[in-house]
Amino acid sequence: MQVTMTVNGEEVTRDIEPRLLLVHFVRDHLGLTGTHWGCDTSNCGTCVVWMDGEPVKSCTVLAAMAAGRTIRTVEDLERDGELDPVQQGFMQCHGLQCGFCTPGMMMTARWLLDHDPDPTDDEIREAISGQFCRCTGYENVVQAIRWAAEHPDGLGEAAEPAAAADSAAAGDAVSEEVSA
Amino acid sequence: MQTPAPFEYERAGSVDDALALLERHGPEARLVAGGHSLLPMMKLRLARPEVLVDINDLTDLSYIRVDGDTIAIGGMTRHAELLASPVLGEHYAIFHDAERVIADPVVRNRGTIGGSFCQADPSEDLAAVGSALRAEMVVRSTGGERTIPAREFHTGPYESVLEPAEILIEVRVPIRPGAGSAYEKVERRVGDWPIAAAGAFVTLDGDTVSDVGIGLTALGAPHFCAPDAEDALRGQDATDENLATAAGAAADACNPAADQRGPVDYKRHLARELTLRALRRSVARARGEAEGG
Repeated sequence: MQVTMTVNGEEVTRDIEPRLLLVHFVRDHLGLTGTHWGCDTSNCGTCVVWMDGEPVKSCTVLAAMAAGRTIRTVEDLERDGELDPVQQGFMQCHGLQCGFCTPGMMMTARWLLDHDPDPTDDEIREAISGQFCRCTGYENVVQAIRWAAEHPDGLGEAAEPAAAADSAAAGDAVSEEVSA
Repeated sequence: MQTPAPFEYERAGSVDDALALLERHGPEARLVAGGHSLLPMMKLRLARPEVLVDINDLTDLSYIRVDGDTIAIGGMTRHAELLASPVLGEHYAIFHDAERVIADPVVRNRGTIGGSFCQADPSEDLAAVGSALRAEMVVRSTGGERTIPAREFHTGPYESVLEPAEILIEVRVPIRPGAGSAYEKVERRVGDWPIAAAGAFVTLDGDTVSDVGIGLTALGAPHFCAPDAEDALRGQDATDENLATAAGAAADACNPAADQRGPVDYKRHLARELTLRALRRSVARARGEAEGG
């Protein structure tokens, strides 16, 4: 069957089998491998993409069901060469180690902050409760999302040097916030 | 990689369209709503429908509204919408209690109330809520509509009275002014199916329980309910002793199976304890008492 949908602002049309899952459609048919394919059982959440503006687990959505709809993947977070504040937050706060869960975490985090710009840590934990991270113990993920909430415009023009300096000095968001 | 067996995909543009597709393709066709129960079963080849009829375009079946003395909930209403609904929060806190512990926020963006009932999972949370509240299911076929009490809807694990060419279009819950309700669940980890769960509503006339409903899930209670426990409490004072007696009767109504989530004795213990907690919270809410921890 032929499906047409909008992915990251671009209309795409492909011939697919009805049983093809959305996660494999974006990865294998569109080459957008930022979306990860994990547990295949809608538990781990690394495959989260947006469908019509809401986060969904793309291992449990058929590509056929996404036909005619609007899909946003992690590749669409970056704008004009500048990382989304959520992506910057994960860099600033060491919100990842192996990085496997990161795309899903960031897509859910972006949605959360779009709907609640100043969530509590409990609300952040609730929002990502359908996503597994086996490296960080979640603490740094929560800090990363909090950083993004506190920096809605990200690091701005000073992005690259500041990120490098922070990293080199092992500075973290907490000390930065205290000094600010 | 988990891949479903091949099937034909159809998308319905209306309820009539969905019914026509079901009629045309026969009993091997299945409706798919959120798909978060059906698709995993298809990936495991536990379900092998020949045709999937996608009803996600039937947005006119997504609503929660007061209709006279009833709350009417459209079959395509998603878990996230149930959780966010002020109407449900005002009349039946049990819905919000249950929705908070159904899967996770991302899954709740897809799963629907209609799909939850029709999948007829023996551990379904909303099945216990529907039975506790004595909800009714409105189903439609090309021959017309019929209404089925929630307590007669499920006939066994993954089985319901729904005919192959019928669609659940609405869940109706009677409004009971002053009712308190609650849902209590024990699960192994966030978002999991229950080891056991119990829900209840209570209406009070002074200190007397004028009406009560008890629903249980994952516990092998026939039709997810415990009518003997309700009979034991109805007309009695809402004392902790009477609530405990009813909770004991609810545990007796259960027939849990031992599995990786726990042995029979543990589940029966949970049936009693969770029913008691649900009744206590229902009574407290009916009295308008502030929520404790």
